[in-house]
Amino acid sequence: MPYNLTVNGKNYAVDVDGDIPLLWVLRDTIGLTGTKFGCGIAMCGACTVHVDGQAVRSCVTPVVDAAAKQITTIEAIGDTPEGKRVQQAWLDIDVVQCGYCQSGQIMSAAALLAANPKPSDDDIDAVMAGNICRCGTYPRIRAAIKLAAQG
Amino acid sequence: MTKRTLTLSLVAALAAAGLVAALAPITGYAETSGGGALKAVSEFSSIADAKERSKAIFAEASRVLTHPRCINCHPATRSPTQGEDMHPHVPLMIAADSSMGPAGLACSSCHGAENRGIVGSRLKSIPGNAHWQLAPESMAWQGLTVGEICRQVKDTERNGNRSHADLVKHMGEDHLVGWAWHPGEGRSAPPGSQPELAALIAAWVHTGAECPD
Amino acid sequence: MSIFDRANLALSRRQLLIGASLTGAGLVIGLRPQPSAAATEPFAPNAFIRIPLEGKIAFIMPSVEMGQGIYTAVAMMLAEELEVGLDQVVLEHAPADPKQYANPLLGDQITGGSLAIRGIYEQMRKAGATARIMLVSAAATDWGISPDACKAEAGHVIETGGSRRAAYGSLIAAAASQAVPQEVPLKAASSYRVIGKPVRRLDSPEKVNGTAKFGIDARPQGVSYAAIAICPHFNGKLRAVDEAPAMAVKGVAQVVRIDEALAVVANNTGAARKGLAALSIEWDPGPSATVSQAELERRMDAAIDGEALRHINEGDVAKAEAEHGPVHEFIYRMPILTHSTMEPMNCTVHVRPDSCEVWVGTQVMGRARQVAADVTGLPVEKVVVHNHLLGGGFGRRLDVDGVILATKIAKQVAGPVKVTWSREEDIRHDCYRYLNYSKVTATLGPDGMPVSWRHRVIGPSVMARWLPAFTKDGIDLDQMAGAESPYQIPNRYTDFARHEAPDGMLTGNWRGVGATRNIPPIEGAIDELANAAGIDPLDYRRRLLQHKPRLLAVLNLVAEKASWSTALPEGKGRGIALTEDFGSFAATIAEVSIGEDGRFRTERIVCAIDCGQVINPDTVEAQIQSGVVYGLSAALYGRITVENGAVVEGNFDDSPVLRIHETPPIEVHIVPSTEAPGGIGELGTPGVAPALLNAIHAATGKRLRTLPIDQTDLRRV
Repeated sequence: MPYNLTVNGKNYAVDVDGDIPLLWVLRDTIGLTGTKFGCGIAMCGACTVHVDGQAVRSCVTPVVDAAAKQITTIEAIGDTPEGKRVQQAWLDIDVVQCGYCQSGQIMSAAALLAANPKPSDDDIDAVMAGNICRCGTYPRIRAAIKLAAQG
Repeated sequence: MTKRTLTLSLVAALAAAGLVAALAPITGYAETSGGGALKAVSEFSSIADAKERSKAIFAEASRVLTHPRCINCHPATRSPTQGEDMHPHVPLMIAADSSMGPAGLACSSCHGAENRGIVGSRLKSIPGNAHWQLAPESMAWQGLTVGEICRQVKDTERNGNRSHADLVKHMGEDHLVGWAWHPGEGRSAPPGSQPELAALIAAWVHTGAECPD
Repeated sequence: MSIFDRANLALSRRQLLIGASLTGAGLVIGLRPQPSAAATEPFAPNAFIRIPLEGKIAFIMPSVEMGQGIYTAVAMMLAEELEVGLDQVVLEHAPADPKQYANPLLGDQITGGSLAIRGIYEQMRKAGATARIMLVSAAATDWGISPDACKAEAGHVIETGGSRRAAYGSLIAAAASQAVPQEVPLKAASSYRVIGKPVRRLDSPEKVNGTAKFGIDARPQGVSYAAIAICPHFNGKLRAVDEAPAMAVKGVAQVVRIDEALAVVANNTGAARKGLAALSIEWDPGPSATVSQAELERRMDAAIDGEALRHINEGDVAKAEAEHGPVHEFIYRMPILTHSTMEPMNCTVHVRPDSCEVWVGTQVMGRARQVAADVTGLPVEKVVVHNHLLGGGFGRRLDVDGVILATKIAKQVAGPVKVTWSREEDIRHDCYRYLNYSKVTATLGPDGMPVSWRHRVIGPSVMARWLPAFTKDGIDLDQMAGAESPYQIPNRYTDFARHEAPDGMLTGNWRGVGATRNIPPIEGAIDELANAAGIDPLDYRRRLLQHKPRLLAVLNLVAEKASWSTALPEGKGRGIALTEDFGSFAATIAEVSIGEDGRFRTERIVCAIDCGQVINPDTVEAQIQSGVVYGLSAALYGRITVENGAVVEGNFDDSPVLRIHETPPIEVHIVPSTEAPGGIGELGTPGVAPALLNAIHAATGKRLRTLPIDQTDLRRV
């Protein structure tokens, strides 16, 4: 049966099985490819999106669990105050390398700052340890979150 | 998942403990697990000394409490462990003040209200429950002896101010406790069933809630 | 023949336009300028620059961007001599065209080996200068003055001391008819305006807002989505499968069988993965099915004292050993490693009767095109490869096995099909860094300094398959990279004991290539020799490096920055490792602490590097940190094991990589230099493991010679 999804404020009716992960519905069915596939088992964080403002791993979120909720992806996170600050800090620090994990990193960082405007190093670790970066941008991710936290 | 009312033996045990009124109507997940059997309360009747019988019953119940499905979320630190070998949770998770993980990486970032099948991985599924969270710091069981766990369980300062009756209800009825017997594909369940655990806890309470040394 | 040769121009421009017309908007980094209404053809004096009448200037990237910052660096080099601002350009992926875009050092359109800037530093500056000279000449002709009376600045030709100025776009028709200069003088480094200054990456904005397109993001019209299961056993085959359970899954359209794999095609990847998981696939495991990790390690151990081919033989090692004895012997064992790029392997292919299109992110554009032609039987000119940003390379995308598989599958599918590997397939079917062992033997003179050095390298020859030109008389020159050590030792002997992985287990290039393989045994052994001689490991190295001023300089700098001479408390230790490769020099100091539980923590990594002329210092720092993190992951966790002729590990749960909370502060100090630029993408990786091993020894007295580091108990012995 079709599920009604609200993604970045737009409505989509998607006709897929309810247990299909949200990730693939976003990327393939709707065509928002900013959200990335990395592991499929919630180990790497590349697929992080916000559902009703909470960071979730879309690769293990069945689409049925996201129906009728507000879904926000990297393509629209800049419309939130935290998302905008995080993206600007990412540019100012020049965090990215290959860039593949960065959608997820930014989504996690935005969720962190929304709940915790002045995170300590330990606070940053506690949230960002869920996101893997093989290029090793971790030092700059930490610096960029601190910069974004300054306002 | 099948769900049925408590078995007669449990009702009998509860009646014996004088707890039926407090608990009824109680339901539990009677699905057994492949985790092996738990001894029935009756099997302890040969222990004449009530105090010793109580200790033995708790020791039997502790086979559930110390099973990875239960004790993984009663860690020594404020980070859960994972898997049959109880390795540190990957990725790093901390309880945070909520016991449900920090905002940005809450338990519910990955764990849903139900177990979630995943394809292609040896993990088979991501476990889930609507109340998925870490036990409070006072209920850290990892590294404790069975006797120490027992004393924690009945210490109202450290057990969430639960009376003995509350304990039986919690063990027998709590949805998250019950999850242990249907942990999702790729994970073992503890021995017995939730009603059988509750029966043992009730019998332990009835025999004086004595703790092994 | 130079590509700036006039006779070549018409051809290059035509090829470029063909490439552009086929590639479409999906290949553009940033926005492709819309064709102007005017019929004026853009000015494309070479394969790297295209200046339109209006709008931004296109720079075409000969190397691929996989995080190393090469797109920004190429733009800086072109812009330096073309005299344009980086805000005036857009970047485009090059088409597959090895004739135009081969790296001069590799002779092929390959991005790897930290060779990009080394290979194209002069080529790019000349490309920019050539275009500028022709534009200036066009303006000067128009104005009736000497080109010497003109200067170029920010995309304009300006009359020096006069009032006339012309935008490059307005000069393109005239510029195209100017003679191509034969002499192209280049700026001195001292007058660089862009090169050497910190510049923000040009690919950051799209990578921050989700619009960047990686290979996995390709969505050509009508695309379907495939999940793939490759026979888990090396060289195994598909035997049988009942397709019905997959076909019953909503959205699944087709099950495709090829010899070694099976794919489920659906209208989304999730349905394809679900369909694939529903199948019970019978594999024919083939002859390798019994191979176990213990057996592979036993074979490697046996190879240590087996046949070997002599590579370097200086002085008389045997005589020195006989005279000086005793012979110190150290055997280092390094594990099988995966690349684990964040973007799993994927490739989208559309096979038509008379043509083939491939959408992929690859380090080897020409090879990708060639294998698609081979699989389809089409002439290579009928194959178009659309390159993309790479979600990590590290050597994984130097192989085209994924293109071959996807093209085989696409032959059976109507319309384009995107084949996305699961993480499990990605880890279980990598082009692995195979087991590599080293035996180092040395003798010390009366002063404790080494008088003889033997280094036997035991491992596979990747180059025999991948780039035979990098072999000589059966010796894999990459495997032997630097095996003789940079140290001044009078008698040195190296040899290569080739030992291959089991049949069907693909081995390939891994970040840091030969250096990552050889630096751990060399730097571990030199540390052990210093200990044996009772000499401080820093002083020991200094004494052996008097003939290597640049290496000595980074060693001295890192020692100062890491406060080597300051004592550390009990339970902490520092270790040094040096790397000379890729035309660059690096010194790494790791500082570790051992906890009460016996586990160690990396407290700090300090690097000093000399990579010659720096293009973008901000990128240099990022790349060294990147290489260090990659090296830490491998040193702490990297180990693939084999059972039943198949790789055991499959995802980040059992094949973990470093995360942010385990990442120490990483300091990068750059020695200023105007020497030729060296590579930086791999420079940070090789020294990490040996610096850690040496630091652990300093902290605990335990000498580990096997990687990854056994962290179970490192309490002081």
